[in-house]
Amino acid sequence: MKKHHESSASNFLEGVWCFLRKCLFSVLSFGPIPKHIAFIMDGNRRYAKSRNVKQGTGHRAGFTALTSVLQYCYEMGVKYVTVYAFSIDNFKRQPDEVHSLMDLMKEKIDELLMKESIVNKYGVKINFWGNLSLLSEPVRLAAEKAMASTARNTGPVFSVCVAYTSTNEIVHAIEESFVEKRDRIQERYCNSYADESIWADSMDGAISVTDLEQHFYTADCPDPDIVMRTSGETRLSNFLLWQTTYSHLQNPVPLWPEFSFRHLVWAVLEYQRVYPYLEHRRSLSKKKH
Amino acid sequence: MDLSDEIARVLIPPLQRVQSSKILSGLLQKYQNLQLDKLRYLAIVVESEEAKNTTKIKQLLSWLSSIGVKYVTLYDMEGVLKKSVETDLKSSENPSVADGNAVASVHQERMTVELLSFSDGKGAVAKAASFLCLQYLEGDSVGYNKMEPVFTETDVTNALKAVGHGGPDPDLLLVYGPARCHLGFPAWRIRYTEIVHMGSLRSMKYGAVVKAIYDFSKKHQNYENMPQFVYEHF
Repeated sequence: MKKHHESSASNFLEGVWCFLRKCLFSVLSFGPIPKHIAFIMDGNRRYAKSRNVKQGTGHRAGFTALTSVLQYCYEMGVKYVTVYAFSIDNFKRQPDEVHSLMDLMKEKIDELLMKESIVNKYGVKINFWGNLSLLSEPVRLAAEKAMASTARNTGPVFSVCVAYTSTNEIVHAIEESFVEKRDRIQERYCNSYADESIWADSMDGAISVTDLEQHFYTADCPDPDIVMRTSGETRLSNFLLWQTTYSHLQNPVPLWPEFSFRHLVWAVLEYQRVYPYLEHRRSLSKKKH
Repeated sequence: MDLSDEIARVLIPPLQRVQSSKILSGLLQKYQNLQLDKLRYLAIVVESEEAKNTTKIKQLLSWLSSIGVKYVTLYDMEGVLKKSVETDLKSSENPSVADGNAVASVHQERMTVELLSFSDGKGAVAKAASFLCLQYLEGDSVGYNKMEPVFTETDVTNALKAVGHGGPDPDLLLVYGPARCHLGFPAWRIRYTEIVHMGSLRSMKYGAVVKAIYDFSKKHQNYENMPQFVYEHF
């Protein structure tokens, strides 16, 4: 009986907290709400170290923070959330750590696809961006399954950058652009063995910025409005370098597992402060090009 | 600056201005001997409207030169700096222009100044991509090659150099403008660059520049024996 009371009480409090959040979000939405926020979730290991627990615990705490932040973002009306979960550089870490991170990722991907998860609550579409062939097979399969089963969802979009770097993405886009162009030229010459000079003439200066951008992982996604790296670090560490021309780069001090609701609210307020300038810059550039 | 002024400034404004003035008055000894061995390449992003203030830009360059910075990349989206600074540097003593960069002689210290704009970012990568692909086709002597091309990041770096857009990766990037944004600085070069927002160019302060460089050097002294991928941690 007592347990029932306790869970009712906590449900009630949760309901009150949810209502208060909604009130605050409706006040915030008097100003512009970012459409796309990208997070560099830095600080899990430092968090674990500061609390004298294992690194794995730090990463798990990080995942808990992630699910809360996703919830708050979607409540606020942010349509696209992108996170930097694992860089190609991170493969150079200790094999034990890489292995346990891969296991954790698979576990969490499976969890996200369960009935009661946030994915089903909001109809979230999941993307995995990166060189997925570098992942171990179980993780890669879990990621592909997640993408396939949420492909038709029309709700908010959650993109996870894993085995990703911006420079790798650019190289991939160059390869894809070339293949597409070459196939189109082949069609034009009806698969005849035309000599190289025709090829060279057709290909000369052929790859444009637009061609490249169509082959980025982020092609269907607007550029991030905010890129936030926790733990106060000032580097982008090879994350979305191409897509962040007008992104507001923020670097709040808290470690990622400590990143909470009030930090997110503050981040949006900071964004709203610089929004007029960024919009002005964007429209000036549009006029010129 | 006398003591009473210093006290007045301490009581009212934010910490940054205090530190800035302290540096200027030489109170903080540690800023005197700046270790620049970790800072090989410095970049500055300026909001294009503010970049029209050529006096401020020249002052900033002379500060950097007096601090001992050897290589500065100046960037603004619209190429205002390319127009104003390049003509200025060309007309100064010891002018020499190589590959579109101007080598400036400021305060008797030789400092290389590289000038960039938006077209040196995405557009340059597109040019490098076209170059790579052409090279790939020309290397195929049999006819058309059905195999998928595999390019590496090194290939792209070399291609960028070949099309005249090679340049060093800045260690530190200072942003002068209303917001902390890189405004399209060549993406290929800022993978691991520390990005610091300095505020508006109008209210730039020598002390703030020194502090930014000092903080960078201190941070990277700690990284000295650590390979990059270790401190690139999440």
